[in-house]
Amino acid sequence: MEREIVIIGGGPAGLAAAVEARKNGIEDILILERDKSLGGILQQCIHNGFGLHIFGEQLTGPEYADRFIKEVEKLNIEYKLDTMVLHISSDKTIQAINPEDGIINIKAKAIILAMGCRERTRGALNIPGTRPAGVLTAGAAQRFVNIEGHMVGKKVVILGSGDIGLIMARRMTLEGAKVEMVVELMPYSTGLKRNIVQCLDDFNIPLLFSHTVVRIHGKERLEGVTIAKVGDDRKPIPGTERFVECDTLLLSVGLIPENELSREAGVKINDITSGPVVDESMQTSIDGIFACGNVVHVHDLVDFVTEESRLAGRGAAKYIKKELKKSDERIYAKGNGGVRYVVPCIINSENVDNEVNFFMRVDNVYRNVYLCAKQGDTVITKVKKQMVSPGEMEHLKIKREVLKQIKKGEITFHLEEV
Amino acid sequence: MEVKKMICINCPLGCSLEITIDGEEINVSGNKCKRGREYGISEIKDPRRIVTSTVRVLNGDKMLVSVKTSREIPKKLIFDVMKEINGVKLKAPVSIGDIVIKDILGTGVDVVATSNAKKI
Repeated sequence: MEREIVIIGGGPAGLAAAVEARKNGIEDILILERDKSLGGILQQCIHNGFGLHIFGEQLTGPEYADRFIKEVEKLNIEYKLDTMVLHISSDKTIQAINPEDGIINIKAKAIILAMGCRERTRGALNIPGTRPAGVLTAGAAQRFVNIEGHMVGKKVVILGSGDIGLIMARRMTLEGAKVEMVVELMPYSTGLKRNIVQCLDDFNIPLLFSHTVVRIHGKERLEGVTIAKVGDDRKPIPGTERFVECDTLLLSVGLIPENELSREAGVKINDITSGPVVDESMQTSIDGIFACGNVVHVHDLVDFVTEESRLAGRGAAKYIKKELKKSDERIYAKGNGGVRYVVPCIINSENVDNEVNFFMRVDNVYRNVYLCAKQGDTVITKVKKQMVSPGEMEHLKIKREVLKQIKKGEITFHLEEV
Repeated sequence: MEVKKMICINCPLGCSLEITIDGEEINVSGNKCKRGREYGISEIKDPRRIVTSTVRVLNGDKMLVSVKTSREIPKKLIFDVMKEINGVKLKAPVSIGDIVIKDILGTGVDVVATSNAKKI
């Protein structure tokens, strides 16, 4: 089978990219989705708060997804569900499998990677102890409770104060469980303020900073965890251990972009984001392979995933129409001095429509700083921030005219004291 | 006089508000902007929340559909609203926006479906 654009993943990133590519004149688009319905992780995120930037209203996850699914259907964009992509090669051939077609081989002119991310598990943390039932990631619990209708426990401890953990603290409480506490290794939360207030404070659930789980107890079923305070080096402080009885431990300890397919294809991966290195059009290191959403870097808000994915959809459409310019004159965007990474990090100013929205994360909590973009010693743009935190993605826009003037060289993003 | 502490949720700054309640008079301090004051006062006078949950579906292509209160309901009614929601079973088909419970607990707020279920 030959196709113009194949999109791997039918979550918010894949859907927005598909719609945008169609609106930019590409007829032949195919979305491959491994789940039984489109919408991705949004389908289990039944809480509200999605869409403030894109739609100007607060939607639940399934409602946000539905807006894009409706558009995909209205535009007659083809998709295959229950379809797992097994392999992508650098010449843009895709091998996928599903129960109806068996093995499918597709030769694509362009590919958009939109596989999203997955949760870090107990294995990634190496928590000592036994291996009882009742230890699961917050997202897995969310799927059980919200999609399959099974409660996962009655007495719950949550490790990690990421947003999914906070959301699940409230959800479990509403469904009758007792959430004993949320323990967070860091001295600050990576979750949104709104979630700390409305998911924990509203229900008097304690949030213990600089604490972690040091042992898991129980034979068949989890019987409890030992928690301990950690020092500045994030190592447990001897003598601070205490036992907390619980039958469920939910882990909300970070997300990893899911890039096994990208790596196999030979796409260059950024060590810090664990996602593909992308340019201004969301094109990866391989011509005609684009990427967007959480597969590139983990976002806090789906609205920004949508924005980024529209860019990838437009980029892929331009590529098919041979409108995407290739040039050796490139700008490299880098983070330093408090900024851990910048996406996108390669800019061909010829391909920029109006401006580039650079997304970045900082490495610590800082107050009263400037977020600056500089070329050498010259300040291109800066904004004052009363507070920045690793939990909230920052962004800085630079206009096309400015980028065209710079044309090639390096832009650095960093924090400066006010 | 009563003093309450809370975190403002209007922006990432998360100001720590201190609210003193003296009869009818409510004073907010610790806020860096106007929105912090408004938030503090509404949280004392009439705290409200959107409640989201799920409801069983019979004869549907899925077990559950998600639901939400169409507007915010008083915070103190959250668990009563949950009890009502848990007492409901729907018959497929269900579409986004369908009213699941009308005027829940006399609040004037409806519980509506936020996902679809096809009949099988």
